[in-house]
Amino acid sequence: MLERAQVVHVARLARLELDESELERMAGELSSVLGHIDRIRELDLTGVEPTASTAAAPDAEASTGAVMRADEPVPGLTQEQALAEAPEPVDGSFGVPSPGPVE
Amino acid sequence: MSELTELSAAEAVAEIRAGEVSARELFEAYRERATDDELNAYTWVADGPPTEMPAASTPLAGVPVAVKDLFCTEGIPSQAGSRILEGYRPPYTATVVAGLQDAGATLLGKTNQDEFAMGSSNENSAFGPVRNPWDRERVPGGSSGGSAAAVAGGSAPWAIGTDTGGSIRQPASLCGIVGLKPTYGACSRYGMIAFASSLDQAGPFARDVTDAALLFAQMTGRDWRDSTSTGLPEPIELPTAEDLRGIRLGVPADLLGDAGEDGTGIEPGVRASFEAALQLAEGLGATIETCSLPHAPHALSAYYLIAPAEASANLARYDGVRYGLRVAGDRSLEEMYSRTRGEGFGAEVKRRIMLGTYALASGYYDAYYGTALKVRTKIAEDFRAAFAEVDFIVTPTAPTTAFELGAKTADPLAMYLNDYLAVPMSLAGIPAISIPSGLSNGLPVGFQLAGPAFSEGRILNAAHALERAIGFDGSAVRAGSGVHGA
Repeated sequence: MLERAQVVHVARLARLELDESELERMAGELSSVLGHIDRIRELDLTGVEPTASTAAAPDAEASTGAVMRADEPVPGLTQEQALAEAPEPVDGSFGVPSPGPVE
Repeated sequence: MSELTELSAAEAVAEIRAGEVSARELFEAYRERATDDELNAYTWVADGPPTEMPAASTPLAGVPVAVKDLFCTEGIPSQAGSRILEGYRPPYTATVVAGLQDAGATLLGKTNQDEFAMGSSNENSAFGPVRNPWDRERVPGGSSGGSAAAVAGGSAPWAIGTDTGGSIRQPASLCGIVGLKPTYGACSRYGMIAFASSLDQAGPFARDVTDAALLFAQMTGRDWRDSTSTGLPEPIELPTAEDLRGIRLGVPADLLGDAGEDGTGIEPGVRASFEAALQLAEGLGATIETCSLPHAPHALSAYYLIAPAEASANLARYDGVRYGLRVAGDRSLEEMYSRTRGEGFGAEVKRRIMLGTYALASGYYDAYYGTALKVRTKIAEDFRAAFAEVDFIVTPTAPTTAFELGAKTADPLAMYLNDYLAVPMSLAGIPAISIPSGLSNGLPVGFQLAGPAFSEGRILNAAHALERAIGFDGSAVRAGSGVHGA
């Protein structure tokens, strides 16, 4: 069972504000899911390599050419386009609240 | 007007080219149905046909397509079912969508979905649940519930969605239509609002396998903007197979254990429909064999570590800084992040971010995420070994038919179990299709056919042959949606 303190810690890592009832529910729900998932830790996986992605491996002959595009500049967004959805554009940049004092 | 929407997409293409049907009128017929949609399948509908319709000579001849909302469409809301992206209009269009438009498709609307593609019932949308056209008190499945409901309900001739752990196949199954998840890398993910980058794949929904192939053929390709994309080694052709002679179908006993055992509750009606389809397949010349996928029962656990872990990284960008919701006020930067995300994300998304963050956290990484990646290796190996003995692996697509709205929302685990038959293929990166195999208590049942990487052409042919023998007819439900209709 996940401790409340663990849930608070993980929520902080994830920059997620959870209210009291959410924190309580979250502890129970995560514990339930982790309880089910836990069984994979009983498998004997000695010597097994992890697979992070099933993307086809780059062609051995093409080597770096297979996943890297040519180093040629291509058009990107204009500053105006990039700021079009900004909640608080400030002088051509993204305005944000101050980080506040260092803890 | 209603006769136009009775045409399959392939028929519509032919009739447009023959000058029998106006692409503009076809678009309008669907647009009216989409506008009047009572299933909540759409979050945006075009307010008219394009000023210039594509030429009839293009592959898709102007036939309209409904697009899952998480595909970025320049200047058009792309919200991924989330409040945190409410009203967001991207400055670019997803490669798959642009490719379809270049091929002559017209954008009919953006479809509702579970938030950030997380869900199996389309009840996690910030814009309300989608309803199943077969029974409006039931879910259409998810996360591509809107796309599936639109096609099954007759308000779109076809649609595109995404499948990360079953999100095309399961709604296709619950809505009685065809849905295909391609080989990982077949389609570009550029412009697809990301959930889990090693799993997400775009794919087609259609009323039959021929239409699915026609649409899918225009979705694939290597894209320099997505370095995981490879395209397909051979172009997709329209399927022609009418039998399954020489085809070996593998039934994985590990996944289809006794109903109720270890929570793997395959409804009796679903099992019966699956067995009936296997018999039809035998009648077409296929041989049915048992095959072994020893690690497949652990796929769900591995998936619910890998996908949330990747999601926790992918959703870190939603922080109120550059776009989307910002919870403003006199707060520090960190508080702004946390409040924005706390208010902008729904419960399921928060749950998965938390699960993923935990699985990747220092001290837990190897035990959880690391282990899951090794299980993934074994699952991929199991499939490769099985495909040395059989041509395709077959299962029911989902363990149940469409359940009632609210039936599974109390327990996240109960909802996750909907995907246990679909998730192994996602982890292995292999293609799989769902076609309707029949009805159980009046609700559609899906039959899943999975093949080795890049076997989509053969899968489409096998599915085409089986579909003919099954003879599933969803036309009455298609005609029933919306005010305008037969």
